[in-house]
Amino acid sequence: MKQIFTRPESLKDVATHFCPGCHHGSVHRLVAEILDDLGIRSQTIGVASVGCSVFLYGYFDVDVIEAPHGRAPAVATGAKRARPDRIIFTYQGDGDLAAIGMSEIIHAANRGEDITVIFVNNTTYGMTGGQMAPTTLPGQKTSTSPYGRDTAKDGSPFKMAELLATLDGVAFSARVALNNPKNVLNARKQIKTAFRYQVEKKGFSFVEALASCPTNWGMSALDANQRVTDEMIPCFPLAVYKNSANL
Amino acid sequence: MQAAALEKIFVKGNEAVAMAALEAGCRCYFGYPITPQSDIPEYLSRELPRRGGEFIQAESEIGAINMLLGASATGVRAMTSSSGPGISLKQEGISYMAGSELPGVIVDIMRAGPGLGGIDASQADYWQATRGGGHGGYRIIVLAPASVQEMYDLTMMAFDLSDIYRIPAMVLADSVIGQMKESVIPNPRPVTVLPPKEWVVRGREAGEAQNVVKSLYLGDGEMEKFHWKMAARYEELAEKECRWEEVQTADAELIVTAFGSVARIAKTAIAMAREAGMKVGLMRPITLFPFPKKAYAALSERCKLFLDIELSTGQMIDDVRLAIARDAEVAFYGRPPGAGSLPTPEELFEQIRKNYPTHA
Repeated sequence: MKQIFTRPESLKDVATHFCPGCHHGSVHRLVAEILDDLGIRSQTIGVASVGCSVFLYGYFDVDVIEAPHGRAPAVATGAKRARPDRIIFTYQGDGDLAAIGMSEIIHAANRGEDITVIFVNNTTYGMTGGQMAPTTLPGQKTSTSPYGRDTAKDGSPFKMAELLATLDGVAFSARVALNNPKNVLNARKQIKTAFRYQVEKKGFSFVEALASCPTNWGMSALDANQRVTDEMIPCFPLAVYKNSANL
Repeated sequence: MQAAALEKIFVKGNEAVAMAALEAGCRCYFGYPITPQSDIPEYLSRELPRRGGEFIQAESEIGAINMLLGASATGVRAMTSSSGPGISLKQEGISYMAGSELPGVIVDIMRAGPGLGGIDASQADYWQATRGGGHGGYRIIVLAPASVQEMYDLTMMAFDLSDIYRIPAMVLADSVIGQMKESVIPNPRPVTVLPPKEWVVRGREAGEAQNVVKSLYLGDGEMEKFHWKMAARYEELAEKECRWEEVQTADAELIVTAFGSVARIAKTAIAMAREAGMKVGLMRPITLFPFPKKAYAALSERCKLFLDIELSTGQMIDDVRLAIARDAEVAFYGRPPGAGSLPTPEELFEQIRKNYPTHA
């Protein structure tokens, strides 16, 4: 019998702490598949952030640096400048990257650091219990926006993939989703392209993955998948916003 | 560097730090402009790239300290520098580095504070430096140069001690030492046995153990174990690495104690006091952490009166009090930092005269 589906070598054979229906596991798997595909696992160093993504080192079979909240792009910058022969990626959530770490991501991107940033946008702070995030949708109720996000007071969601694409230092920027097979296949393709940019030393690459958080959204996994289609994608359109070298 | 090693040069304190970093094999520097330390990034932005190193003017001191964290995690020697307001911003990263047992050199050219304060010399960041500064309960190695030569020598030592003990090391000077010019012998990098950095992130072949640089400890008892491990390491530091300078303490009836720039001024005042027939000595700690407690204790067995002088309302005096014998006393003279507060030798001589024991 031919084996057609197996665990990627870059992913450890352990249970994750992620909640049922959470898309972090899917993003982990796709990144691991790409590290295998490109044969770069042995050169790769991951930079974990703070939040649900902090346990990166427990799941990826690569060396990992754990960064302070929001600082992963600065940590990755230091690591890449010290070891330009390594593949360095950060893995960050929306609170980490678009709130407390906005300065670090913008400047690392603007310098055109040869790193890959995987940004998981689930419109909430997952680990701390579902507070309002910089990407929380207008009107969305969270534990710190109990009446719904009021754009007049709280501002509107940051559209990071579009924002970063405007910077000269960014070589590749795309937004993907994981809520159905078609979107997962496209996500795999874009994540692969992002890592190819780094392998070919063509500059800063960024993939924003729209992800579900059934626990903090108070939904079933299936309803959460549907919410990605119904509410998130209209606000955060799926597209490749920049592909400067046409990889 | 080696060929010119013994030729005297005439440089600013900040330049001496930058030159020493290069001699020590520092490969990456990350910084942000702030007076009175900007000569350091300026020098290294010119010299590091020429030598195959990396210089980044970061978006903030927060960015810079985290770049240091990332570079250090790969095993290279790396440095950042700043002054008060910027050092405050770096505390988050310093705490994470301490929690991750990462080496790295942080240069603090102190200026007046709190807040924006001023650009004049200060010693009011003694507590911030020696008590860890950030959250969680940790210590860092703190070296206090009192001359441009020591700016050079102690910067090299900071790299070595930091690598040996896997604790961040700070060179704590002030704008006087940073900005003044003196002649320096650019000593070659000392021959030091350094432990191999087996813990670095490097990418790994199949079968090699995974290296993780982290400060998160969630398992039962893990965090407590980490704290006791570090406490033992701080003890080892105190046992092996205390450094200080004593001047004419053998017969002293009064021992002036001060660090950094103030100790320089005190030396002149002590010479004036000796001239006037008073038996006065100087105890100058060079390592502020570890603080040379045993040396103070030994001095206080014989001499029962100390005069602590600082450019603050009194911070190091806490450590002096804890270190000396219970029957010894410490008088204090402080000039809180700010324009015009640097004391003159005559002023310190007057304090010595005022405090000198009358029975002697």
